Amino acid sequence: MLRGFSRFNLASLALGLAFLYLPIVILVIYSFNDSKLVTVWGGWSLRWYRALLEDSAMLDAAWVSLRIALLSATAATILGTLAALALVRAGYFRGRLPFSAMIYAPLVLPEVIIGLSLLLLFVALNVDRGFWTTTLAHTTLTMCFVTVIVQSRLLSFDWSLEEAAMDLGCPPLRAFLAVTLPLILPAIVSGWMLAFTLSLDDFVIASFTTGPGATTLPIRIYSEVRLGVKPEINAICTIMIAVVALVVVIASLLAKRNAASRDQHALGAPM
Amino acid sequence: MPQTGLTQTRWGRRLVIALPYLWLALFFILPFLIVLKLSLSQTAMAQPPYLPVLDLAAGWQGLKDFIGALSFENYRFLFSDMLYVGAYLRSLSIALVSTVLLALLGLPVAYAVARAPRRWQPLLITAVILPFWTAFLIRIYAWINILQREGLLNDLLMALRIIDQPVAWLASDTAVYIGIVYSYLPFMVLPVYAALEKMDESLLEAAADLGCPRWKTFWLVTLPLALPGIFAGALLCFIPIVGEFVIPDLLGGSQSVMIGQTLWTEFFSNKDWPVASALAVMLFALLLIPIVIYQRLQTRELEGR
Repeated sequence: MLRGFSRFNLASLALGLAFLYLPIVILVIYSFNDSKLVTVWGGWSLRWYRALLEDSAMLDAAWVSLRIALLSATAATILGTLAALALVRAGYFRGRLPFSAMIYAPLVLPEVIIGLSLLLLFVALNVDRGFWTTTLAHTTLTMCFVTVIVQSRLLSFDWSLEEAAMDLGCPPLRAFLAVTLPLILPAIVSGWMLAFTLSLDDFVIASFTTGPGATTLPIRIYSEVRLGVKPEINAICTIMIAVVALVVVIASLLAKRNAASRDQHALGAPM
Repeated sequence: MPQTGLTQTRWGRRLVIALPYLWLALFFILPFLIVLKLSLSQTAMAQPPYLPVLDLAAGWQGLKDFIGALSFENYRFLFSDMLYVGAYLRSLSIALVSTVLLALLGLPVAYAVARAPRRWQPLLITAVILPFWTAFLIRIYAWINILQREGLLNDLLMALRIIDQPVAWLASDTAVYIGIVYSYLPFMVLPVYAALEKMDESLLEAAADLGCPRWKTFWLVTLPLALPGIFAGALLCFIPIVGEFVIPDLLGGSQSVMIGQTLWTEFFSNKDWPVASALAVMLFALLLIPIVIYQRLQTRELEGR
């Protein structure tokens, strides 16, 4: 079917992918640069990775971010999956319209608005800002992404499977856990991974909702980046890229195993 | 008669609706109401740093005093100062120009993916989306590496003898546009691809059989079919770009600020929470119409209504 694929198509695809990947590739290569000057190539070396191991502030921040991402992604996956079930399976209920509005709005709403409003809530409730407030904030933001991913899977789900199980005498809860849940699991896993990476990545909302003692990795990186490019930052960025790439590869392998399920588009799609 | 599944039993249904509903009401709607309230308050040298504070202990009189003390002063202030009006206008124009650039760039890429052999398409579209998964901050940072004065772009252009002096790419609008287009490209390509993927191949064959040249087929057949996707992608990009903070802060110059940065400065540097809140409310008001249209699209897409 290559018949329709013109030279123009090839060129735009090649240029598009080059535009998307070159900056990342350059960053990764320069993280192995021996020279102290970021722009001069001084041969391959792991010295910035070694320097990173001694940077306890950076490692602490990474640990904080990792814990927040794990907790908030898990909570967001539970809440988001429930919301997706509500939107697809619960039919009409009072306040359905505002409900779906609350789910879709955070997907596009500027982060400064979300961050500011959550901060003011925590101040009004007189809660000390830090680890837990940031976890709550990330849960709220990322659950909406999980909902959309799980929802698009549920739309194409064949509910007669669950009904068949119940016709054969399976109680509703068991039918859901034994039939429905395993079948929609790939979408739920994709949702968890997206929530995890979004949380790991967030700078703006965390800046509002965190406090002293809970500096996240993006906040730490940001304060370094504002001072200029440092080879050490290249190294930590490369590690983060490797972690995310690994997560995505696992996710796509999982999706492939369930090739029958049509959630390829849901894998990375925020829509 | 179909059996009632777990989500249709009385308690199952209550659970799946109530839990996320309460969560979002508490952590999304309530905070927004607080922002609204604060935008009508005044700064004060106190903890919390604003007035009035609702005194529940004072009962009815307290509520009356509270409402009486609210004012639109902050909004009047925003409109009287060209600094803020200018920042809003700049943000809107930057978002508009970037969205057009994104459409111009995203369409050919999405079209190419949709025209590729079917079994390659999932891989190619994943390749386009993958950078979205790598941290946003890192991708902007990667551009600082390239665009800085002694960076690779200047080295390359000087080696090619296109320029003979290093150009200051950073701290300019060009850098902001590059950063925005780079970060948001997947959001444009994906919906356009989704629209084109459904396209009926035979339409193109029919056009070719009737002697229509390729470019004309693209203009008359492909583009109209891609338009809903472009529209969805444009909303998906435009709305968050207006409130963008990280990209203009890291790549842009200090003379030309976007509204997200103004809000940031008011909040973190000037500690003027009421004005920051008023800025947030105005930003939301500006984006209300595109957000409503976007929600309609989402509802149609995901709920089939």
